[in-house]
Amino acid sequence: MLKFILTRIGLLIPTFIGVTIISFSFIRMLPGDPIELMAGERGIEPERHAQLMAQFGFDKPLWEQYLVFMGKLLEGDLGVSIVTKQPIFDEFFTLFPATMELALFAIVFAVLLGLPAGIIAGVKRGSVFDHTVMGVSLTGFSMPIFWWGLLLIIFFSGILGWTPVSGRISVLYFFEPVTGFMLIDTLLSDQEGAFRSAVSHLILPAIVLGTIPLAVIARQTRSAMLEVLSEDYVRTARAKGLPPSRVVGLHALRNALIPVITVIGLQVGVLLAGAILTETIFAWPGIGKWMVDSIARRDYPSVQGGLMLIAAVVMLVNLIVDLLYGLINPRIRHAR
Amino acid sequence: MAVTTNDADTQQPLPNGPAPKGSDGAAEAAPMHPLVEFWHYFSENKGAVAGLIIVLTLIVLALFADIIAPHLPYEQYRDHLLQPPAWQDGGSWQFILGTDPVGRDLLSRLIYGTRESLFVGVIVVSISLTVGVSLGLVAGFYPGILGTAILRLMDTILAFPSLLMALVLVAILGPSLTNAMIAIAIVLQPHFVRLTRAAVMAELSKDYVTASRVNGASTFRLMYITVLPNCMAPLIVQATLSFSTAILDAAALGFLGLGAQPPIPEWGTMLSEARDFILRAWWVVTFPGLAILISVIAFNLMGDGLRDALDPKLKRS
Repeated sequence: MLKFILTRIGLLIPTFIGVTIISFSFIRMLPGDPIELMAGERGIEPERHAQLMAQFGFDKPLWEQYLVFMGKLLEGDLGVSIVTKQPIFDEFFTLFPATMELALFAIVFAVLLGLPAGIIAGVKRGSVFDHTVMGVSLTGFSMPIFWWGLLLIIFFSGILGWTPVSGRISVLYFFEPVTGFMLIDTLLSDQEGAFRSAVSHLILPAIVLGTIPLAVIARQTRSAMLEVLSEDYVRTARAKGLPPSRVVGLHALRNALIPVITVIGLQVGVLLAGAILTETIFAWPGIGKWMVDSIARRDYPSVQGGLMLIAAVVMLVNLIVDLLYGLINPRIRHAR
Repeated sequence: MAVTTNDADTQQPLPNGPAPKGSDGAAEAAPMHPLVEFWHYFSENKGAVAGLIIVLTLIVLALFADIIAPHLPYEQYRDHLLQPPAWQDGGSWQFILGTDPVGRDLLSRLIYGTRESLFVGVIVVSISLTVGVSLGLVAGFYPGILGTAILRLMDTILAFPSLLMALVLVAILGPSLTNAMIAIAIVLQPHFVRLTRAAVMAELSKDYVTASRVNGASTFRLMYITVLPNCMAPLIVQATLSFSTAILDAAALGFLGLGAQPPIPEWGTMLSEARDFILRAWWVVTFPGLAILISVIAFNLMGDGLRDALDPKLKRS
């Protein structure tokens, strides 16, 4: 098992170096030099320009700049934002819990709905339910989620008035973040109604963000079920007279879930990409909105840092999923 | 809706499929023309046919927008700002789907918008297909350092969430439809590289390749003329599915203000312009999104159908 873990980590190293190179190159690929970019349209005097170039090390050769960049990275230093002057690392991890809370609820929503739907569709193949699930999942899979979010706002916030339009919590409440997870923080605080407010803010964005994963999970579960149900051991289980619920629930489901878990893990990238759009629509103060805002504000160091950290998060989660997969499926572990 | 998209679905022997070429007993029957055979399998999938019909409709709309659209996409009717669709109170048949905040006919803008979206799809898929296939061929033919380097680079691009990567590329290049297309093409091409490489690796050891090599074919000829045609099936499927991703991502970039710039009637850009009016005028938000959704579904349906029809493994079973 240790060897398996080490190989998987080893495979990631070249990709991670690639990620740092791409993030590093980002600012250098912009037209104009970095100091001119930060100075913006006001311009900058030549002496001051030269001084700043030296101060930030932009006058050194590229490979040296890259080594400095990597050295700082290993110390957890990604530079400071041009706009807020705060360290980018801190900004990212202040906002990250908001995105994580949203993404977690999105995936819970997707699994809770997608898994049973996929299982039933697989078992009752060809039924009306099956066709409905497949149709809905095709639609979900093709959904422009920024539009889907707007539709839900029109319906639930505009017409029914059930949910708020934006943000994480009503302005009535304020407290210092403890965990950064609004649901936990509101529970910890004694303010009445705060938890309710946080939940009502979370529902729509979580549904919007969970839509594509929901479609993918339902589809994958269904096809995994279909595959497993045609296996010999399932026929044996049926032949020895086990009730269908036991055959499906115990024998088939266990093996069908293996590929589904991978698919759930692979949704991390989808969730983070979706978070960019979802957070923008619902003014959700997470890293997706922060990236879009940083691009709009031309806060390029933030964009660079965010780009790298997000890629690192995706790689880390994929690694964990990979390892879990090896843990639950011995066939993979011993294959190499 | 009958959507048969799953591998497991089609693994059942097809009841009235044509006899596969070369199977015993079918020797005297003339083999079907490949296109006829393809159409036979494709048309069995009703969803795929529906997708094809929608796509053809979109193409017609795009080509003949000047004739079909009742108004010009940029013409403003100042007396008809935010007029609701014809069937609602206050609507008129002059503007069937209503007008937008500056009095332009929504239906006409949507019709002209098919041009933008199909254009995006064609350009993005052409670029990513050409570049991706070429890199994939090289990676497959030179599995050493060069091939590994290409694959690692592709892995790196795939490590970033695609929309994020496209967003950042547009930030570098500047917001416009052209740059959005370049960005999306860069993000999509790693899939083509991987597919091509995998297919090439499978073909390279086959006899016909060796024969061609012994005959003195150059590497270039081996790549593009000998091997590539035999790797096309998965690439065609991927190209179709990429078409829908391209439309979706271009619309998303437009929505974020980083794609096509107003007043271009691009569906995502139209949505972003309409955002401030969502609680007052549902139609300016609903219809552009519906247009995106329908086009994307159509291409996905078609892609699924193509996969079923082109995958020889499923066909022969």
